Amino acid sequence: MAMALLRRLGQTVLVLFGISVLVFLVFFATPGADPTARIAGRNASPETMALIRHQYGFDRPLPVQYERMMVSLFVTRDLTSFVDHGERVVPEVFRAAPVTLSLVFGAAIVWVLASIGMGTLATALRGSLVDRGLMILGLIGISMPVFWLGEVINLVTQSRMHDSWMFSWVPGLGYVPLTQDPVGWFKVLVIPWITLAILFIGIYGRVLRADLVAAYSEDFMRTAQAKGLSASRVLFRHGLRTSMITFVSLFGLDFAQLVGGGALLTEVVFGLQGVGRLTYQALSNLDLPLIMATVMYSAVFVVLANALVDILYVLLDPRVRDAG
Amino acid sequence: MQDELFAARDLTIALPGSQGSMIRIVENLSFSLAPREILGIVGESGSGKSMTALAIMGLIDVPGARITGSMLFKGQELVGLGARALRRLRGREIAMIFQDPMTALTPVHTIGWQIDEQIRAHESLSRAGARARTIDLLGEMGVPDPRRAADRYPHQLSGGLRQRAMIAMALSCNPSLLIADEPTTALDVTVQAQILDLLRRLRHNFGSSVLLITHDMGVVAETCDRTLVLYAGNVAERGPTGDIFAHPGHPYARALLASIPPLHGVRPSRLLSIPGQPPSPAERPAGCPFRPRCPQAHAQCEQTPPMVRRGEQDIACVLAAPEPVQA
Repeated sequence: MAMALLRRLGQTVLVLFGISVLVFLVFFATPGADPTARIAGRNASPETMALIRHQYGFDRPLPVQYERMMVSLFVTRDLTSFVDHGERVVPEVFRAAPVTLSLVFGAAIVWVLASIGMGTLATALRGSLVDRGLMILGLIGISMPVFWLGEVINLVTQSRMHDSWMFSWVPGLGYVPLTQDPVGWFKVLVIPWITLAILFIGIYGRVLRADLVAAYSEDFMRTAQAKGLSASRVLFRHGLRTSMITFVSLFGLDFAQLVGGGALLTEVVFGLQGVGRLTYQALSNLDLPLIMATVMYSAVFVVLANALVDILYVLLDPRVRDAG
Repeated sequence: MQDELFAARDLTIALPGSQGSMIRIVENLSFSLAPREILGIVGESGSGKSMTALAIMGLIDVPGARITGSMLFKGQELVGLGARALRRLRGREIAMIFQDPMTALTPVHTIGWQIDEQIRAHESLSRAGARARTIDLLGEMGVPDPRRAADRYPHQLSGGLRQRAMIAMALSCNPSLLIADEPTTALDVTVQAQILDLLRRLRHNFGSSVLLITHDMGVVAETCDRTLVLYAGNVAERGPTGDIFAHPGHPYARALLASIPPLHGVRPSRLLSIPGQPPSPAERPAGCPFRPRCPQAHAQCEQTPPMVRRGEQDIACVLAAPEPVQA
């Protein structure tokens, strides 16, 4: 167990190192990215430029610059933005992270529960109108772009029907911290959760149904039926339990991607100052310290999510347990 | 025949084919099974033997499948029986074991869990009570160290042990009828013999009848009291195993037996094989289904052959003489 943890830690460090070097080199190879000119502002004199270059260490060799940046990002945590003078990037990421985490965790709970319900119901009634209806709904969910759906929902709940009894509880756009006001936190996030989840409910529900229907042609499902078990027991304890393995691996990928900033569109539409928005801002300003900080943050989550999926695998599938 | 446990009369299983046609997989199949009897159903793959087993279990879940005729189990009609009543019979009165014990057990649960589950589905027994019975059963099936074996997952056991666990599970509620669908095909020969031995002892230890489905004439000769030879969904011949092996009446049964290598006498340079392929259910000829491959086929075979009674054998061939031919 300790060995496995250590190995995982070593992998994490290696992944972070590789990604940071790559981001660093790509940045300095990008034309027009020279940070000196940006910091110095328009029409700066060559003297000012030279001063800034020296002050920020841009005249040092790249490996030294890399090392200094990593130290101030991970050790002293005082790395400052190239664009907004003196703005420290680490606290900025830490301010954005709870917003994204709240959004993605909530959406994940919604989509996992709803897609399991949808997949099992469609399987139990396969071939019926309910099954077909659910699958078409899923396809519609997949086809609707999240920014469009979000805007439409905003239009309805914030403006057109905001005064009706149905949507009068909907607060204005923005984020309320959980620690400050849990009820407000829930109210402000429940619509973004559902909006973000709809796409994934469609995908996961359809994938789960396909897996479950395939499971019914497996011998062990026939055995379970031959044992005289109830239909729901066959479906849940034998079918769903074995089909969850694909579901979980898919979930690990999507979840990590979203936590790492992939929920950008949802964040923008609902006015949430999350990591996705921060990353977008950093990229459009070509602000290397902020890019570095957000990329490192999302890499940590991708590695963490993968570790979580591996643990779930072991819990779900005894065959993986024995393979070591 | 008052004391029969199970009797099928004119059982016909039809599945929907292309363009709304119905394809008859099994046609007018009749047989009966006495308590504690072992009946073998032999046939090539596609002859409808597994379909028959699934029909008895009520497990044909192809939409639009039609099962006609009658299947009486302890006097209760199984054809058209409701799902709930059928589920009560399944596992408790009629149990089934399958060909490949690797795929027939759910990979993510321990075998003990799976056997407990069946016991508790049919009897109100505590978890501990069910587990105690599970361990007893595994021990009776010859599983070494049954207490530990119950906590193992299917992939951690050998094929032979898995099949023993499968049989233990099938027998966990003392079924009166056990259907074994090619139980030894996936096992190697020494394990095969042990499993067959186990099946033979069931009728004494558990009082169960066994319906043994196989394509292996050796397995039939070794195990079954009576045998039913199925060809392309139709009965070719049925009767006591000894009689069929001594003087088979149907040309198909004769050909099957002739294709087994003899243990005594001159070794043939080539084993006999039946020319041609069995017809697919959609292209089955009218009359005797074996006609296209039969060396003795003639004009009369275009009519459905009568069942000729010869001693205790029933032979579906016009050429069958009422008295055994002394070869």
